[in-house]
Amino acid sequence: MIELLEPLIPALRRYARSLLRDRTAADDLVQDCLERAIAHWSQRRVGGDTRSWVFTILHNLAMTELKRRAPRSSDISVESAENWLSTPPSQEDGLHHRALLHALAALPEDQRAVILLVSIEDLSYADAAKVLDVPIGTVMSRLSRAREKLLKSIKDMPAEPAERPHLRRVK
Amino acid sequence: MTSRPITEDDLNAFVDQRLDPARLAEVAAYLEAHPDVAERVNGYAAQRGELRALLLPISDEPVPAALNVRHIAEGHGRRSRLPWWAAAAAAVLLIGLGGAGGWTMRGWSGPPLQGIASLGQEAADNYAVYGPDHVRPVELRAGAGTELADWISTRLGRQIAAPDLEASGYRFMGGRVVATPHGPAALFMYDNDRGTRLVMLSRPMAVDHDVPMQPLSQAAASGFSWAAKGMGYSLVGPADAQSLLHPIADEVRRQIGNDA
Repeated sequence: MIELLEPLIPALRRYARSLLRDRTAADDLVQDCLERAIAHWSQRRVGGDTRSWVFTILHNLAMTELKRRAPRSSDISVESAENWLSTPPSQEDGLHHRALLHALAALPEDQRAVILLVSIEDLSYADAAKVLDVPIGTVMSRLSRAREKLLKSIKDMPAEPAERPHLRRVK
Repeated sequence: MTSRPITEDDLNAFVDQRLDPARLAEVAAYLEAHPDVAERVNGYAAQRGELRALLLPISDEPVPAALNVRHIAEGHGRRSRLPWWAAAAAAVLLIGLGGAGGWTMRGWSGPPLQGIASLGQEAADNYAVYGPDHVRPVELRAGAGTELADWISTRLGRQIAAPDLEASGYRFMGGRVVATPHGPAALFMYDNDRGTRLVMLSRPMAVDHDVPMQPLSQAAASGFSWAAKGMGYSLVGPADAQSLLHPIADEVRRQIGNDA
């Protein structure tokens, strides 16, 4: 059990933190997830993939947590500080990366989860569908919509931020 | 050349590098012929790469101790199953209560544990510290001659012999002098073949000179405390060993009674 769970922990932390954008809350969530995985170890499907099973537990905990804090999750600007990242965006790309993370944060939770599971955690489309408990077709359409939205919000950004006045365009 | 129409799913799988070689060639050919779609797909790929550059390093951070799965597995079953946020809320509440209480009760240090209750607490605290210690559970090992007995009698001003628990399956490991809020105490440690450890703490009693045997009142350890002729004794072991400890405590009390 420990041999199977231990290698997953770094990725679980990454997924939780990318979803919650909060170091402490994310690690608390991973701890809760590991406790549940250990407590319910016998209930995982025999021959099933441990990684998608544990990610499912974590994902469900994260969604509960995000719903719980729903009132302030709409206020994304509060989360604009990137101190939850391992390495803060560099000076030159800082604004661009901030805008990308901002756009990611602005995605609906289910689309953000798909992007993270597929693009960052390298889950197969089938495993992502298992974690999210939706058909693969839903995973694909969420992925399409999420990428389209991210691309659009990046395109709306100034290309050379340093040359521009520090004014946000307001639509 | 294209056998099946190119779908959005294909374009996403292209970005995620999950196409089989045959389909990959078809999608690449399609993108070659459709620069507008290619530009969009390139945008997706760039965005994926940037997100990976930003987020992948999170997993390189050292894993904090709280997420050590071995510790969590050991603690499983003993810990309460409160969700973390409920525990956090409880902690906040307790801190708040502590702050409020600390203010309203300023100038009053509160009732320190006295007598036999304090003795049990001291034994449990020392069990919690030295019981799991595998480096130096005892300062002086059994078999070190009279060194331990001399040390104890010098610091406590009394002779305290370590009870013999071989008949109960516990070997005497050794002991040390430990600090308590009521002065120095003798701590003896025992273990059995399964590695289960017990400690006995003994010190002179300022109050509660003679108290009948009573169980410990805390959850983290189990044990029994009593006092006789001005000396307090507390035998403490694992939390789930209460029934097992009672006859051993009786045996300890019997041996001490014979010695006295």
